[in-house]
Amino acid sequence: MPALPLDEAGKYVAAAYIVFVGLILVYVAIMAAKLQRIDRELGELAKIAERTRSRDG
Amino acid sequence: MKVPSLRVQSAATVAIIVTAFALVFFYAPLDADQGFIQKIFYLHVPLAICALGGFVVAAVHAIRYLRSRDPVHDARAYVAIHLSVIFGVAVLITGSIWARASWGKWWVWDEPTLVSFLIVFLLYATYYPLRYAIEDRDRQARYASVFAIMAGAFVPLNFAAVRLAEPLVHPRVFATANGGLPGDMRLTFLICLAGMALLWLTLVRFELAAKSASARLARLRRALEGESAPAQRSRIAPAVPPRTVSS
Amino acid sequence: MTAFRAVLAKDLRVELRTLQSIPAMALFAITTFVLFRYGLDRTTLTGSLAAGVLLATLLFAAILAINRLFAAEREEGGFDAMRLAPIDLTAVFAAKAMGLLVYFVILEGIALPIFGVFFLDDWAGLAPLAGVLVLADAGIALTGALVSALAAHSRARELVVPLVLLPLLVPLMVAAANAAEPLLVAGGPSFEGLGSWLAVLALYDMTFAAVGYAVFDFVLED
Repeated sequence: MPALPLDEAGKYVAAAYIVFVGLILVYVAIMAAKLQRIDRELGELAKIAERTRSRDG
Repeated sequence: MKVPSLRVQSAATVAIIVTAFALVFFYAPLDADQGFIQKIFYLHVPLAICALGGFVVAAVHAIRYLRSRDPVHDARAYVAIHLSVIFGVAVLITGSIWARASWGKWWVWDEPTLVSFLIVFLLYATYYPLRYAIEDRDRQARYASVFAIMAGAFVPLNFAAVRLAEPLVHPRVFATANGGLPGDMRLTFLICLAGMALLWLTLVRFELAAKSASARLARLRRALEGESAPAQRSRIAPAVPPRTVSS
Repeated sequence: MTAFRAVLAKDLRVELRTLQSIPAMALFAITTFVLFRYGLDRTTLTGSLAAGVLLATLLFAAILAINRLFAAEREEGGFDAMRLAPIDLTAVFAAKAMGLLVYFVILEGIALPIFGVFFLDDWAGLAPLAGVLVLADAGIALTGALVSALAAHSRARELVVPLVLLPLLVPLMVAAANAAEPLLVAGGPSFEGLGSWLAVLALYDMTFAAVGYAVFDFVLED
């Protein structure tokens, strides 16, 4: 039996769970930004590797 | 024991947490005195237990670092503390919301467990400025390990002292959340605890994998560009040495 | 044992000649008492208020000494000497902590009577209070020596010491304040519950003595 009264108490409980989900999403966003940076750097390094390889031929 | 891949572990984390939340809202009965507000405990207490557990794990890694001087242990200690501090923020916010819902104030000083947790949180928050203030990486790792061990020893002492300071007439609400729980509440609580613990472990693996990738990139860059490339991006987050992290 | 005595004797001799820490701590404590008199707008203090004012003041004065604890070693190369000498580095930890304890006891010898003159109507509680303070001082000394060593090699060390030290000292303050409060109540000292708080203080002291013993080597090595 679902217990979902939307009175005063419900709002606070909802707030607590929303904070939790929010923190997880913030973490995911930060991780995504880190991944993007790693990806970009990999791209740069790949270019450098290509250049070195073509130079040494 | 073969460690499951990160993908499998993440999927398991999601599954358990979703199940846990479903149990909280659709299975666990309403508490007799607290009513619907009690549902916050299924979030707040497991988070707190995992944060404190994380600090202990960090102390263990710190001891291993001091013994072996292998920087991977320092990295693990750093990540463990980092994530436990983040969990700590969640504990304090949910604890504050609960205090507001129960007693109308955003903070109460007579809940000893919450106050103890605040003190522990404040202590571990100093981990970052401490690391930042020490430039030599080897010394930084060593002193950070000493700190992690000191702070780990401090945690039980702190909880004991603060609890003693509270007059016993005051009802200890958190006591009801752990011992003496009726069966269906206990099951819900345990699943929530398992979910949070798995979440902590999964996030630790994410962090370590990200660090490992950054470190490898830095090494690669140095190999390709020569010694002119910057050696390390971050001053305080320890680099993970070359080692395949199972993904 | 000789290393312990040597380091302790050196520190006390330096302090006696240069009088760096103790006068500063005493002056700081007395000035802080005056600040509290005006900040709280009270001319007498009893019970928990008296305990709080006294302990907070002593604690902040202690930080002055703790900040300076390894200053000589840092500036004059004493750390290298310690590392090269064939001594157990734990003896250095014990000596430094003992030095701090001596400073604190001397500080209290000056500050307590003045606190009594400024704020207390009834001095009967001061003698047992001194006993409580010695136990608390040991805890502050042990923790302070550890944190001071950690901070000695960091930049902004005067910031790192209070930042890391204060949360660590909270349980000690809780125990000391709860032990001191009934000693300073208006009607004369009461000793109820004193035993258990002294036990907590002793537990705190033993914990940090053990932790310091275990990890100090790692802090001091190069």
